[in-house]
Amino acid sequence: MIGLRGSEMSALFGFAERQLYVYKRYWVWEVVWLFYSIVSVLSIGFLASGLGSLGVSGGSFDLRRAQLYLLIGALLWGYLSLVFMEAAYAIAWERWEGTIEYTFMAPVRRITHLMGICLFAIVYGLARTFIVLLVAVAIFDIDFSHADIAGALVVLAASLAPLIGLAILTSVLPLLSPQKGEQMSFAVQGFMLLVSGVYYPLTVLPWPLQAAGFISPLTYALAGMRRSLLEGATAADQIPTVGILLGMGVVLIPLGFAVFTWAERRAKALGLLKRSG
Amino acid sequence: MSFPAIEIQGVRKAFRRREREAGAPWWRRGQKEKVALHELDLIVEAGGVTGILGPNGSGKSTLIRILGTLLTPDTGRAMVFGWDVVTDALQVRRRVNRVSVEAAFFKELSPWENMVYASRLYGNTSRGTRRRVVEILELLGLPKDVIDQPMKQLSRGQQQKVAIARSFLTAPSLLLMDEPTTGLDPRSKKEVQAVLETLRAEREITVLLCTHDMDEASALCDRVLMLDGGRVLADGSPDELRARHGAATLEDVFMDLTGKTLEAEEAEEAVT
Repeated sequence: MIGLRGSEMSALFGFAERQLYVYKRYWVWEVVWLFYSIVSVLSIGFLASGLGSLGVSGGSFDLRRAQLYLLIGALLWGYLSLVFMEAAYAIAWERWEGTIEYTFMAPVRRITHLMGICLFAIVYGLARTFIVLLVAVAIFDIDFSHADIAGALVVLAASLAPLIGLAILTSVLPLLSPQKGEQMSFAVQGFMLLVSGVYYPLTVLPWPLQAAGFISPLTYALAGMRRSLLEGATAADQIPTVGILLGMGVVLIPLGFAVFTWAERRAKALGLLKRSG
Repeated sequence: MSFPAIEIQGVRKAFRRREREAGAPWWRRGQKEKVALHELDLIVEAGGVTGILGPNGSGKSTLIRILGTLLTPDTGRAMVFGWDVVTDALQVRRRVNRVSVEAAFFKELSPWENMVYASRLYGNTSRGTRRRVVEILELLGLPKDVIDQPMKQLSRGQQQKVAIARSFLTAPSLLLMDEPTTGLDPRSKKEVQAVLETLRAEREITVLLCTHDMDEASALCDRVLMLDGGRVLADGSPDELRARHGAATLEDVFMDLTGKTLEAEEAEEAVT
């Protein structure tokens, strides 16, 4: 046995390692999802290419820039939504496998449990997105010569904080409703895609959706990374964006844990942890 | 010197559900309450095997879940080795493990992968785990080659043995066994019961064994509690209970107390 901090670290690694084992066993599914990710990003890239042949040109319209704008959106959405859904499915996974009671009986703090899942999601998401990026670069001859990669990475790292908070909030849904919680996670993901400026600027949205986009951390993450990748904004230039993202993280992560703790207490009071729900 | 492993004072648990009465409009739903456990007082001394006997719906699993910190009691207090299951849940979980009727595993993973995961959750490193896993599985009569096969390819009996091995790996002080032999073939059942007998003889672990198998309870338990409808009907050693009711078997004791056989109770449950 090792000390308390060591035992929590062991459990944290245990959750990430378990996910790795699960993904290794479901490797065919992972190949399918990777294929789907590549196809999605390529479709967006070709959509941009097709805008030229559809007559969208002239004036201030820059086809290469539009293509890069959309590809960055597709790649980052692919990554951020993957991290979000992996973390948001922390409880849904346990329900599918019938292990929820075993995991909830383990002497592990909930923060360790959820952070272990997030740790795996972040690393796995990076690996998958890197492969998709390689394919996209090879096919579309993407020019990152004006990009400030360090600035983009700083924003990407900062964006993980609010994203994890939001994912923990969403992972509560299957605890509140064993039957419908899972589907509601998809609804949250879809709404974020709509309002966060993934493929278009927020200004094209009706004002209520713009307001929702204003409070979505993905809006700032995408805008910040585009500034670095398209306009070369440095890490120093990104300080305001990083500040907003970390500020959102400071609010969302404790809020996520508070809501999760409340939902776990409620599930234990109502007997909702049972395998069948 | 003996000390209590479990202390329960006035614990009650009911489940509420919103249900529509027959013929009522869809929007009119009333709260229905089903009491799973009436006010229960219980002390279990450390060491040995205590059996909780009763038909389905008698409150056995509710009691196990409360002690496993998976359910919170509506009223009363439950303590495990002096730790409150609600306010000191993490301390309780460090000392408790559970083997349930449904072996809770990641079915695509192998016994080894499931057990190394369990080992990490309970704060152990993976160093030396493989050797211990093999030792425990051998003790339970599982062939070595199953260790790296997906759990879904193992028989129900083998899965249950892996569940027991997993609980041993985490060295619990209190082992909650919820129908561990239900659905096992006679040979596997005997092997699991042999392990329980060893635990009983060594008295290093306190075992709470939920079962509706009266013969199993009679053979393995130092003390037996009979539950029905969320209430304790009888409490004592198997010999005491048989003598008190002038009965040959625990099944007869149950019949004397309730006027029903356990099989009839279960059949009734199955119909409703």
